[in-house]
Amino acid sequence: MAFFISLLKAFIVGGSLCVFAQILIDKTAMTPARILVLYVSLGVALTAIGLYGPLVSFAGCGATTPLLGFGYSLAEGVKKAVDERGLIGALTGGLTGTAGGIAAATFFAYIFALIFRGHPKK
Amino acid sequence: MNLDTNEYGKFVRARAPKSPVLKNCLCAFLVGGGICAFAEALFHGYLALHITEENVKTLVPVTLIFLAALLTGFGVFDDVAKIAGAGTLVPITGFANAVASPAIDNKSEGLVLGVGAQMFTVAGPVIVYGVLTSVIYGFIYWIWGIAV
Amino acid sequence: MRVLRLKNPPSVIGCASVVGGKEHDGPLGADFDLHDETGTFGMDTWEKSESEMQRLALNLALAKGKCGDDVPEVIFAGDLMNQCTGSAYGLLGFCKPYFGLYGACSTFAEATVLGSLLISAGYFKNAAAISSSHFCSAERQFRFPLEYGGQRAPTAQWTATAAGAAILSASGNGPYVTEVLPGMIVDKGINDVNNMGAAMAPAAIDTLTAYFAETGKQPRDFDLILTGDLGLEGHAITLELMKERGYDMTDVYNDCGLLLYGRSSQDVHCGGSGCGCSASVICGHIMKRFAKGELKNILYLATGALMSPGRLKQGATIPGIAHLVRISAEKNGWEG
Repeated sequence: MAFFISLLKAFIVGGSLCVFAQILIDKTAMTPARILVLYVSLGVALTAIGLYGPLVSFAGCGATTPLLGFGYSLAEGVKKAVDERGLIGALTGGLTGTAGGIAAATFFAYIFALIFRGHPKK
Repeated sequence: MNLDTNEYGKFVRARAPKSPVLKNCLCAFLVGGGICAFAEALFHGYLALHITEENVKTLVPVTLIFLAALLTGFGVFDDVAKIAGAGTLVPITGFANAVASPAIDNKSEGLVLGVGAQMFTVAGPVIVYGVLTSVIYGFIYWIWGIAV
Repeated sequence: MRVLRLKNPPSVIGCASVVGGKEHDGPLGADFDLHDETGTFGMDTWEKSESEMQRLALNLALAKGKCGDDVPEVIFAGDLMNQCTGSAYGLLGFCKPYFGLYGACSTFAEATVLGSLLISAGYFKNAAAISSSHFCSAERQFRFPLEYGGQRAPTAQWTATAAGAAILSASGNGPYVTEVLPGMIVDKGINDVNNMGAAMAPAAIDTLTAYFAETGKQPRDFDLILTGDLGLEGHAITLELMKERGYDMTDVYNDCGLLLYGRSSQDVHCGGSGCGCSASVICGHIMKRFAKGELKNILYLATGALMSPGRLKQGATIPGIAHLVRISAEKNGWEG
């Protein structure tokens, strides 16, 4: 039961974060690239002021999977690194926290670029 | 109506068909929520395999990135995204697609100047602004630690 | 006077159209000479595919016109790709004098205007007008990678994978290019790349108004008035604003971008666009209708958006242009 509740929480929180972005796309002149930049920066800022952490505890992957969660990982990484290493941590922490995602995206994108070719849209 | 620039712009905007916001939002909610619920299920699944929570936190987004990049390669991702909109854009899947699609597309310009140089033309700003804000946050956090 | 009446109207002696799968599936599919379902035309990059389409279109047009080695004496061609490379590489093998044109989607009319004027003036006995666009090469250059997952705005148009080539000659049995009107650059402040029809409509209105005002003709004097690729939005805007100016085009006005696709069955939003859109519709569909005698006298004006992604990022708006070509079944068609 607890498992399904956690799925439901993730579904609702994650879906809602997507809906906000969809409204921005449809109702403003913002391009998707600007919305993603806004989301990742907002993720860092919300984590910094202590608002995003509780959402992650509540919704789990519903909060970490949207791009705000990428900002959350950056901010958490920085916080941890500054605690451990001081000022230099401000530079190393962010990318350390998100290293897995960035390296995975780069690696898989490269491999699939070797295998596949672009398709004309239907 | 004479074709005055301001007036024409208003005329064009007023008559242009609008995006079906409600339908788009519903699709974004269902697909975006579905991806996040799937991620949550993965999370529990990996934990059940006795992988440490620290590693699971990395493994879940990596799995999503792998799947999104694979679907991009098969030419399926954009067909889903056309309907899902922000539902596939906002989760980490959108980031993976933004990295994989220019990589695949620019293979014709070579592995270094095509795939290598063009891979982050779409997703680059996310990393740039993410790193930028995180460094600023780290600096403020450090100052705060000294001051308090 | 902006309307140029040709003293020796050149005749279209051969024309050909080459399209991709989606265009072939559209309502005009049967009118096109050649298509490739995959859109690759046997090439390993989309840019090469587009060049190949131009080569095939010109070859076919020459063959259909039963032209000898002396034809064409000159080529006017263009496409949407940077530095007009679709045309340059595609037409390299013909070893003919060549002018590369950039008029965005107005290129086919631009090529026809220039070719016709020079033939009429006696500098050339014949000329070829060619233009092309390819959905995949255009997406890559102007928008996003092909596999990028984005949503298209309801006002967006679909770049046609298509090429058209026409051979114009001082001698021939028609149809003839009887009048031309070179367009002016018109910018009414539209900056939405997803609404090109609205950005280009003012140019079409300017050209049409100038034509009717100078010649004293009315829309009903023509069997068809055909714009290049204004799509649903641009078509409606042009119709409405021309009516306001006293030129009711209701029953005679259509748009190549609307003709090319079945908008209800094919997911193309406001219709087709691209240099190849009107080129293929004219060289495929319209010329066949002339041959059947269904059309005697038409105004064709191809519209182009003279923008680049870089300039738009700098905050520029989208200027449009519309070149007009009058095509008549009779050599002295302008008398009628």
